[in-house]
Amino acid sequence: MAANNLKHALFCAIVTLIVAYPILGLNLVASGTEIVLEGATTQTVISVLVAAVVVFLFQLFRDNIMALLGQAPALNSLANRQPMEQSKRLKLESTILTLIIIGALFWPFFVSRGSVDLATLVLIYIMLALGLNVVVGLAGLLDLGYVAFYAVGAYTFALLSQYYGVSFWFALPIGALLAATFGLVLGFPVLRLRGDYLAIVTLGFGEIIRILLNNMTSLTGGPNGIGGIPDPTLFGMEFGRRVKEEGNTSFHETFGIAYSSEHKIIFLYLIALVLAVITALVIRRLMRMPVGRAWEALREDEIAARSLGLSRTAVKLSAFTIGAFFAGFAGTVFASKQGFISPESFVFLESAIVLAIVVLGGMGSQLGVILAAIAVTILPELAREFSEYRMLIFGAAMVLMMVWRPQGLMPMRRIHIELEKQE
Amino acid sequence: MSMLVLEDVHTHYGKIEALHGVSVEVKKGEIVSLIGANGAGKTTLLMTVCGNPQATSGRIILEGRDITREPTATIMRSGISIVPEGRRVFSGLTVEENLHMGGFFNTKAEIRKSQDHVYELFPRLKEREHQRAGTMSGGEQQMLAIGRALMSKPHMIILDEPSLGLAPLVIKQIFEIIGHLREEGITVFLVEQNAHQALNLADRGYVLETGKIRLHDTGKNLLANPDVQNAYLGG
Repeated sequence: MAANNLKHALFCAIVTLIVAYPILGLNLVASGTEIVLEGATTQTVISVLVAAVVVFLFQLFRDNIMALLGQAPALNSLANRQPMEQSKRLKLESTILTLIIIGALFWPFFVSRGSVDLATLVLIYIMLALGLNVVVGLAGLLDLGYVAFYAVGAYTFALLSQYYGVSFWFALPIGALLAATFGLVLGFPVLRLRGDYLAIVTLGFGEIIRILLNNMTSLTGGPNGIGGIPDPTLFGMEFGRRVKEEGNTSFHETFGIAYSSEHKIIFLYLIALVLAVITALVIRRLMRMPVGRAWEALREDEIAARSLGLSRTAVKLSAFTIGAFFAGFAGTVFASKQGFISPESFVFLESAIVLAIVVLGGMGSQLGVILAAIAVTILPELAREFSEYRMLIFGAAMVLMMVWRPQGLMPMRRIHIELEKQE
Repeated sequence: MSMLVLEDVHTHYGKIEALHGVSVEVKKGEIVSLIGANGAGKTTLLMTVCGNPQATSGRIILEGRDITREPTATIMRSGISIVPEGRRVFSGLTVEENLHMGGFFNTKAEIRKSQDHVYELFPRLKEREHQRAGTMSGGEQQMLAIGRALMSKPHMIILDEPSLGLAPLVIKQIFEIIGHLREEGITVFLVEQNAHQALNLADRGYVLETGKIRLHDTGKNLLANPDVQNAYLGG
C-alpha cells in the first residue's frame, strides 16, 4: 500500500514539474526585434519545486487526508439533528422567505451603488439558474447551451429597441416568448437524445447562436455589439437626467426630487427582484402540478414514464420551453442593465457557470439554487483583492463544496403531495 | 370477444427483422402466456404492441381498434398497462408517489380508489407507503410495478418477466396475484422464461422461437407437449 502510494506520489510530483515548469519557469521576453527565452526568477523556480513537494506529500498521505476530510461533516452539529415536521418546516420556510423578500425590497436604499448593481446581477443569475434547474435538475436533461436562450432574450430587446424603438416592458414578454420558441425548436432534434449526446448537441446549439450573432454583422453589429439599449421606464417616466423620448416625463421632475443616477440602478434592481420572485413562484407552482411530476418521472426512468402513457415529446419539450422562457426574461433584464451587449457576453463559460450554480445548489432544489447563485456571483467579487488568483480560489471553493456536500448546498427535498383524506 | 389481436406482425430494428409475421390473439378475461428462449423476440413483441418500435407490417387491434400506427403515449392511455421488464419503479419516489404516477391521467377521486384497491391486493405496499421505492426488495418492487400498472384501471395488463430475479416464494405470491387479476376481469398477457408456472396458470399459451410462433395450444396441453418439455421445462 505504502509502496504503491510512493510510486504514485512520485509520478504525480513529476507530472506537476512537467506541467508547471514550462508554463511558469520559462518566459518569452522581447529584446529589440527578437524574442528571447529566459529562465524565470529563482523565486518562481523555488515555488514550482515547493508545489511539486506539496503534491508529492499530499499523494503520499492521501488516504489519511481524505479520511480526515471525510470526518469533517461530523464536526457539523446540524448534520444529525432530527428533521423538522413537514408543516412546521413549510411555515418557517415561507416566513423566512417573506422576510427576505421584504428585506430585499428596502435594502438597496441603504447601501452603495456598486452593491445594488452587483445584486441586480445576482438576481439575473438566480433567474437563469432557476430556469436551468427545470431542465437539468427536474427533467434531468443536461443542457450545456443554455446561454443561447439568454442571448436570444437580450438580443430581442436590443434589436427591437434599435430598429423599432420598442420599450423594455413590451420587449420583456416578446424576448421571453421568442427564447421559449427557440427552446421548442431546439427541443425537437434532441428528443431522442439523453445524457452525453444531449449535452454535446446543446453545446453546439449554444455556439451556433453566438457565432450567428457574431457574423450577422448587418443585423446585430457583429462583435461590435449593440449599444444604446434604453432603460426601463416607470409608467412612462424616464430615469435619465433629460427625457430622451417625446411624451415621456422624467422621474425626478415628476416627484420634484433632485436627480440622482442611483434611482435608475435601484429601479432596475427592483425590476429584477420582482421578476426573480415571479420566476421562483411560477416554477414552484409548476413543480407541484402534473407537468412537474412528469418531468421527475422522465428523469427517474424514461421507459417507465412512457409505459404510463406520458408522451416523451410533450414532457421534454415543455421542460426545454419553460427553461428557455425564463432565460429570455433574464436576458432582457441583462440587456437593459448593461445598455450594451455583444456576443462576448454569451460565451460557453456563462452556460458553465449557470450549470455550476444548479449543481452546487443541489439539483432540483430552489432554495439551494438561489443560495448558490448568490455565492457563485459574489464570491469572485469578494476575492477581488487576490486579483489574478480569484478564479483559482473560486475553483478551489467549488472542489471543496463537491467533496463535502456532493448533493449540493441544499439537496432537493421532494415536495410531498398528499391527497386530502375523504371521510 | 378479442382483447388484443396481432395479425402477421413484422418488426424491424433498423434492417434486421426481429419478428417474422407473428399472429397472436388474447381473448377478454383470459390469461395468455408467451414463452420462449432468450432472444426469441418476446420483449420485442410486447414493445411492438406498445408502439415502440412500431410494426413494419401487419395489424395490431386492441378492443376492436387498430393501434398499429398510433404513438406509444396514445396506446398506453387506452386501457392497456404494461409492467416493464426489470420492474422499473421510480426509485427516488415513494411507494405512494409511484402509484400516483400510475394514475397520472385519472382524477384524484379515481386515484384514491385505485390506490386503496392496490393496497388491498398488496398489504405490503401499504406498510411501505412512504418509503422510497429504490430501497425496497426486488419482490416488493415487482409488487409496486404491478400496482402502478393497475392504477390506470386497465382492461388488460401485460407483464414482462415478472418472476425475473425473484425468490421462489415471492414468485409464487406474484403468480397468485396474477391469477387474482383474472378473477377481477382483467385480461392478462404474460411473458415468461419461467415456463412451468406461466403455462400452469395460463388458459392458453404461445411458444415463440426466433421471431415466429412455433406452437399454440392451451396451457395444460403445452405443459404436456414433449417438445415444450424438452426445450423449456428441462426435459
